[in-house]
Amino acid sequence: MCATCGCDTVTTKKASRQVVEVERDVLHENNLLAERNRGYFLAKDILAINLVSSPGSGKTTLLERTLTDMKGQCTFAVIEGDQQTTNDADRIHATGTKVTQINTGKGCHLDAHMIHHALEGMRPPGESILFIENVGNLVCPAMFDLGEKQRVVVMSVTEGDDKPLKYPDMFYSSTLCIINKTDLLPYVPFDIEKARSNVHKVKADLPIIELSCLSGEGLNVWYEWLLSK
Amino acid sequence: MHELSIVTGIIDIALREAEKAHADMIEAIELDIGCLTTIEMTAFDFAWRQAIKGTLLEGCTRIVNRIEGRARCLDCDTVFGLQQVYDACTGCGSHWIAIEEGRQLSVRALTIS
Ligand SMILES: Nc1nc2c(ncn2[C@@H]2O[C@H](COP(=O)(O)OP(=O)(O)O)[C@@H](O)[C@H]2O)c(=O)[nH]1
Ligand SMILES: [Mg+2]
Ligand SMILES: [Zn+2]
Repeated sequence: MCATCGCDTVTTKKASRQVVEVERDVLHENNLLAERNRGYFLAKDILAINLVSSPGSGKTTLLERTLTDMKGQCTFAVIEGDQQTTNDADRIHATGTKVTQINTGKGCHLDAHMIHHALEGMRPPGESILFIENVGNLVCPAMFDLGEKQRVVVMSVTEGDDKPLKYPDMFYSSTLCIINKTDLLPYVPFDIEKARSNVHKVKADLPIIELSCLSGEGLNVWYEWLLSK
Repeated sequence: MHELSIVTGIIDIALREAEKAHADMIEAIELDIGCLTTIEMTAFDFAWRQAIKGTLLEGCTRIVNRIEGRARCLDCDTVFGLQQVYDACTGCGSHWIAIEEGRQLSVRALTIS
């Protein structure tokens, strides 16, 4: 544009119309960073586990139990994703485990970039298990690879046995399903056979562990699973 | 609302491509969104309208190819269309399936000038 009068006489060279074949995955950036995180975990022999669930299914409780019961057997570190508070991180800290908090604010999921920065800050010990507690949400975290080796979806018996059919993507992308709060089975209309069958409709070979963080029933199966990975 | 992250990802890709080609304008953008992804189109449209404001994408034509779900049965080898990730094989009823199409989420092409 002409600086004196604003007329359009000074036209810069105008490229003609052209179609660019982009063919790029929308999550490409995230996936690249996830692979970087994965390389870091591999090099340091860290087993990274992404824990996903609806709010209140018992992710933090499961971690508290695990970190306490397995103290001495393994080295642990935890990354806590939370929209607002540091409550969960405080609960983990109380078990004596190294923990870093990521506040996602309005964000409804963790992504590989956030994990990358959290790792820079915390430098988790090698030959360890790193738990990443994702934001309580069964939709959004499904699409975001963090570089984890295992993705564990937790559902509880108070949530209804059709959960896997309502959020199939989350179950499809997971490598283990935990059904928690089995101590409440006598009190809620939850058909555990149906729940199992719904899980396997979404992913035929997804292993399921049923447990109760409260009574401790089934926790040993979870610990064995952890040690086998 | 992961739709906003998705939209932001699309815009980043488009703007980077446009910049590489020294484009003044993006006239059209073509997206592939598989029917088996958890993209809720109402939320997507809302996020899209907000996010393109003031960018080269404002006013561009958006073409969305919805890619139908397709899977192969690992038991009987039937290839069948599926509406949901948990649909059973239409040939034998098995859930041992490999999803081949319908999960993609990508920017296919841009028309720039
Ligand atoms: N009855 C019962 N309650 C549990 C169990 N595990 C967790 N809870 C309770 O469920 C609530 C939510 O647990 P929390 O670990 O904070 O869930 P998160 O949001 O997934 O981290 C808390 O009040 C826990 O005490 C369980 O096995 N049985
Ligand atoms: Mg929690
Ligand atoms: Zn079949």
